[in-house]
Amino acid sequence: MSTLAEAPPVAPAPEKRPPRQRGRLVPYWLLLPGILWLIVFFALPMIYQASTSVQTGSLEEGYKVTWHFATYWDALSQYWPQFLRSVAYAAAATVLCLVLGYPLAYLIAFRAGRWRNLIMILVIAPFFTSFLIRTLAWKTILADGGPVVGALNTLHVLDVTNWLGWTSGDRVLATPLAVVCGLTYNFLPFMILPLYTSLERIDGRLHEAAGDLYARPWTVFRRVTFPLSMPGVVSGTLLTFIPAAGDYVNADLLGSTDTRMVGNVIQSQFLRILDYPTAAALSFILMAAILVMVTVYIRKSGTEDLV
Amino acid sequence: MITVTTTDTTDHGGDVRLSGIAKTYGSFTAVHPLDLTVPQGSFFALLGASGCGKTTTLRMIAGLEEPSSGTVFLGDQEVTRLPPYKRPVNTVFQSYALFPHLDIFENVAFGLRRRGIKSVKKQVEDMLDLVQLGEQARKKPHQLSGGQQQRVAVARALINHPKVLLLDEPLGALDLKLRRQMQLELKRIQTEVGITFVHVTHDQEEAMTMADTVAVMNAGRVEQLGSPADLYENPKTTFVANFLGTSNLIEAEVDSRIGDDIVLKAGGGKLVLPEARCSAPTTTGGKVLVGVRPEKISLTHADDAGEIPVGRNRITGTIADSSFIGVSTQYVVDSPVCPEFEVYAQNIDRDARLVPGAEVVLHWNPAHTFGLDAAQSLLAGTTGSAGVQEETAA
Repeated sequence: MSTLAEAPPVAPAPEKRPPRQRGRLVPYWLLLPGILWLIVFFALPMIYQASTSVQTGSLEEGYKVTWHFATYWDALSQYWPQFLRSVAYAAAATVLCLVLGYPLAYLIAFRAGRWRNLIMILVIAPFFTSFLIRTLAWKTILADGGPVVGALNTLHVLDVTNWLGWTSGDRVLATPLAVVCGLTYNFLPFMILPLYTSLERIDGRLHEAAGDLYARPWTVFRRVTFPLSMPGVVSGTLLTFIPAAGDYVNADLLGSTDTRMVGNVIQSQFLRILDYPTAAALSFILMAAILVMVTVYIRKSGTEDLV
Repeated sequence: MITVTTTDTTDHGGDVRLSGIAKTYGSFTAVHPLDLTVPQGSFFALLGASGCGKTTTLRMIAGLEEPSSGTVFLGDQEVTRLPPYKRPVNTVFQSYALFPHLDIFENVAFGLRRRGIKSVKKQVEDMLDLVQLGEQARKKPHQLSGGQQQRVAVARALINHPKVLLLDEPLGALDLKLRRQMQLELKRIQTEVGITFVHVTHDQEEAMTMADTVAVMNAGRVEQLGSPADLYENPKTTFVANFLGTSNLIEAEVDSRIGDDIVLKAGGGKLVLPEARCSAPTTTGGKVLVGVRPEKISLTHADDAGEIPVGRNRITGTIADSSFIGVSTQYVVDSPVCPEFEVYAQNIDRDARLVPGAEVVLHWNPAHTFGLDAAQSLLAGTTGSAGVQEETAA
């Protein structure tokens, strides 16, 4: 900020005000568009939704703010299974993303050499097509009797996942497995990119120094590389978990009524049942739950000074 | 094989022996086949400009680089193919490479813990005391100054009692004053712990101050190896003559011999060179480069030429430039045999006539003359030559 404050004024300063004074205001002018954007598109809708969540009434007679907080309790007691499912699916997808994304990010950061840019483009490439189209494509990939299901069947993978309750019968589509796979696929780049950024920042000489100090390659990873990549792990898991917990597209397209997540409930309350107070209350409960989980997670991971 | 005995040890378990090691990257040869023995307990410096192969040599000892050919011995153990974590050597890296997520205590304890040593507290505290950082144990590396970080890097390596401590330009990032201080401190630590130190540097003064033995490297080869005084007084190549301090080099022709001395013709005059101090073949009529260090030369005004004792080498010239730097005055003298002759005169009794434009006679004891092979470039190793320019750019 100090460098901004030092920036010379663009126009000659008016006589009354010394140029320093003007320069000091520059940061605030730069902040203005973002602040306005946040007020119009974030703060106002939030206030509106908050008021909606404590209204009662009906579509025909109109809604009134009656400070009816019982809506929150009713929503929670009715839809807690969907809440739990959202957290479980999002957590499963986040863990899968980490397991799949870490080795890839590591490879790009340390081993890819001249292939680095190409692999990075491949990671981002899916963004060039619509989220919906890609999720619909998974519907085809996991279709009943398709090659993927056939292969999983032949390899007896489905026997295991059926036993675990992730799939049922000869189907993958419309099961929890399909939804978690969809979530994992769609949010994987959000895991890889921050991981890559924090891995790439690690000074290669630290690996050499650790090796020089009797650490075997695995120990180098465990004691040096992984701890130093924690900022990436934390931001990657947050960027995956938060949107995955609120997602409804994957559960909608790849799941069934048994795999509904809280996002699906909110969507149908808003758009089909038109019970706006319940939908708004569910949204706030989800937000609060995520905030609490994220705060605890950041505290536990002890990366406050690294992020 | 060049063996230097600078320390009186009977145990050779800590010798570093490089036998024909070489490193090539594609068609580029970083290090030409090299034989080198560093005796146990010595302070050995690899000196050269950047890109001369000194760091590559060090990294091959550390195991961070695998030699293209040749073998590395530590004592009697061949370690050529051993990964770094299995070698009993430790390195102080150029940028220290301290672990930013660990505090100073854990940085220093790292090597001990990796070798499964449980009770590290006493050892780490003793080591931190040795480098005078006992108070800083719980700070993170970024909270320390450059000099303190440097000492942590030394402590982190030394605590493992390596057979050899490798130092890769460890003082490069420090300012001049701190560097002088750390040179003395490293020397003190080395004397205290008695471990073999192999020190890579491009700073000739640093190498001469600290090391018992210096190997001057140039373009992937060791140009010359010896004690600092020996290298300075008896350079064998123009690179060493110019890279270590300053030398005045004169092209001369072998004229005749008188006893153990060679008489040479240079310009109109004659110069005498002890044959023992000439590293080039001296056939009559052949060319030789005659060298003399600037501080060995006396400067006398041409009017007093008669007072110069007989038997000294003499050259006449005109003072082109003089700069007074307190303890001495540095003169640049134009002479027919050498365009820019440098002379450092101690300011004991200053002769007011010695100003630019004055006619002077330069004279020195013939015993201070050295002879070099005339087939080499006169400018090798000077600040203007390619190798050294790179250094200043980097």
